[in-house]
Amino acid sequence: MAALPPYTSTAQRTWHYTFRIICGLIFFFLIFPIIVIVPLSFNSLPFFTFTPEMLSFDPAGYSLKNYADFFTNPDWNNALKNSVTIAPVATLLATSIGTLAAIGLSQSHVPFRSAIMAILISPMIVPLIISAAGMYFFYSRIGLQGTYLGVVLAHAALGTPFVIITVTATLVGFDKSLVRAAANMGADPVTTFFKVQLPLIVPGVISGALFAFITSFDEVVVVLFLGSAGQKTLPWQMFTGLREQISPTILAVATILVAISILLLTTLELLRRRSERLRGIRST
Amino acid sequence: MSEATSNGPVLTQDGVPLKTSLAKALRREKLRAFLLIAPLLVFILITFVLPIGDMLWRSVENGIVRDTIPHTIESLADWDPASGETPGEATFAALHVDLLEATKEKTHTRLGSRLNYEISGASSMFRKTGRRVKKMKDENFKEQFIKVDKKWGDIEYWRTIKQFGPRYTGGYFLNALDAESTAGGVSFKPEDERIYLFLFQRTIFLSVSIMLSCLLLGYPIAFLLANLPVKTSNILMILVLLPFWTSLLVRTSAWKVLLQQQGVINDILVWVGLVNDAGRLVMINNQTGTIIAMTHILLPFMILPLFSVMKTISPTYVRAAKSMGANDWTAFWRVYFPQTIPGIGAGSILAFILSIGFYITPELVGGTSGIFISNRIAYHISSSLNWGLAAALGVMLLVMVIALFYVYDKIVGIDNVKLG
Repeated sequence: MAALPPYTSTAQRTWHYTFRIICGLIFFFLIFPIIVIVPLSFNSLPFFTFTPEMLSFDPAGYSLKNYADFFTNPDWNNALKNSVTIAPVATLLATSIGTLAAIGLSQSHVPFRSAIMAILISPMIVPLIISAAGMYFFYSRIGLQGTYLGVVLAHAALGTPFVIITVTATLVGFDKSLVRAAANMGADPVTTFFKVQLPLIVPGVISGALFAFITSFDEVVVVLFLGSAGQKTLPWQMFTGLREQISPTILAVATILVAISILLLTTLELLRRRSERLRGIRST
Repeated sequence: MSEATSNGPVLTQDGVPLKTSLAKALRREKLRAFLLIAPLLVFILITFVLPIGDMLWRSVENGIVRDTIPHTIESLADWDPASGETPGEATFAALHVDLLEATKEKTHTRLGSRLNYEISGASSMFRKTGRRVKKMKDENFKEQFIKVDKKWGDIEYWRTIKQFGPRYTGGYFLNALDAESTAGGVSFKPEDERIYLFLFQRTIFLSVSIMLSCLLLGYPIAFLLANLPVKTSNILMILVLLPFWTSLLVRTSAWKVLLQQQGVINDILVWVGLVNDAGRLVMINNQTGTIIAMTHILLPFMILPLFSVMKTISPTYVRAAKSMGANDWTAFWRVYFPQTIPGIGAGSILAFILSIGFYITPELVGGTSGIFISNRIAYHISSSLNWGLAAALGVMLLVMVIALFYVYDKIVGIDNVKLG
């Protein structure tokens, strides 16, 4: 598809360019909503569209007002605080037990492997509203509804399938004879795990952790039902803001979250390249 | 191995038969694998599987009637609603005993609101009676009850109480299917009272529309990405992955801002002159809003599986077809397209499954005409407090999703789910 060969007919040429234009439009559809909120978040007036001042690049049309509001408004501050206290703990929990389980699942003799896998993956499959409903019913029975612990446990449960999938995928490329070699030289299983296996699968563990983190950090349905006012997270605050009185501060929050996504995406890409490189070296 | 003697079993160094030793090692390995999995398995069972089980149980559980008015239910056992007469004095006496107890615990109002889901007026009937039950004289209970509220003399209310007497009920599921059980057996409610079947229908219709628009937009992109040189396609892939990684709420708020009547898209349309200022398009708080926003959100889930299938298709087939005289369209339609069908299947099912369970986006941009069954479930949990009905609707949605996932597993295999 690169350069058109000299024998192409006019019709083919036309189609070639039409197709590219169509694809361009679809890419535009994908990226436009995310890009457009960035300049809108600097609007000095409380509008959700470009003002004439902004279009003429008049500095007076732009301001950091929305960002200032985000960092000073107690509602948003609380939400930010809750988000950064819930997500890391849920991530840590999901990643640690998820990694162990993934290693267990990759052993050659696991009884009922597919049944266990189905149970472990289920939080990813069941629609969030159903998970939220079930957790709400059950957690209010055992007194976890409306508590920090309840939200952390629920978010960890939602994050584990991603850890399982990424770590299992990394373990496929892991050479098991290394473990045997370590055992052969007298290392006990714990030493073998921390000194030999973990360093090699760490890219998979980190990308699993990133998935678990973003699951918890972006999650709103479960926390909406399971949390009380004390666990109001950023997405929850955004949801309330969007449903009730939509304030332009949301655009500033959205821009910050887009920046975080770009950061995460870059990290993941770097990890993927590193693990590909490592695998490339090993296979030669 | 050469040490093994020909007349005995093969022994290991410490004298144990090799077979036993191997079996022991295998057992130990299995145990170790299981111990590694156990913490997560227990964790998921408690934090996730039990809650789902609780929901299943709640969708049929109905202990409240029996627990609040046990004597009444017992005395209703040999009353036949088909007789056309309200129950006798003995039942009313039992009801008096039960309600005296219930008003002490204040459980009668809860029973009232429970029965109100089945027959309107039950809530006020129990509340009113609860206030007067202490002052009743110890005779002619039937007369006194009917004096407090005429509805006690109505056979329909008694029929409902008897019907919901058992500990388990299919009543929530009947409600969720817009059916009711009347004197003449189970039947659908009148056409204009059907809410849930209609909502299920709309959820499926909107999900199919979203799935098709994802396919329509995703196919060309996946095709382009799969056929460009790796360097270019890696850069363009960022345009697909960035939305995939961006928070759902960010994308929803972006669409909410863009689609408003005073929003960017309408402004551009007015500026270009496609619509005049008075005729700004209404694109939000209706089905259009839901379809546009959700297509955008689910598009990466369609593109990624399509791309990974198209990547494996060798270009030689299309070249061979062309060399044998097929024109571009025939080569594509008869040779290339059939090879992408697994990708289409995987992407479509994935997009469909994700979309029928959506809650946030329809809630924010769907208005009243663009909402899904999930929104109704949420409403019953937090506003109407009819948890049994919410659970029944949830179970029905869950069954649909699991059935679809079974198909997905058959086509793609659950282990082949790729992320990013």
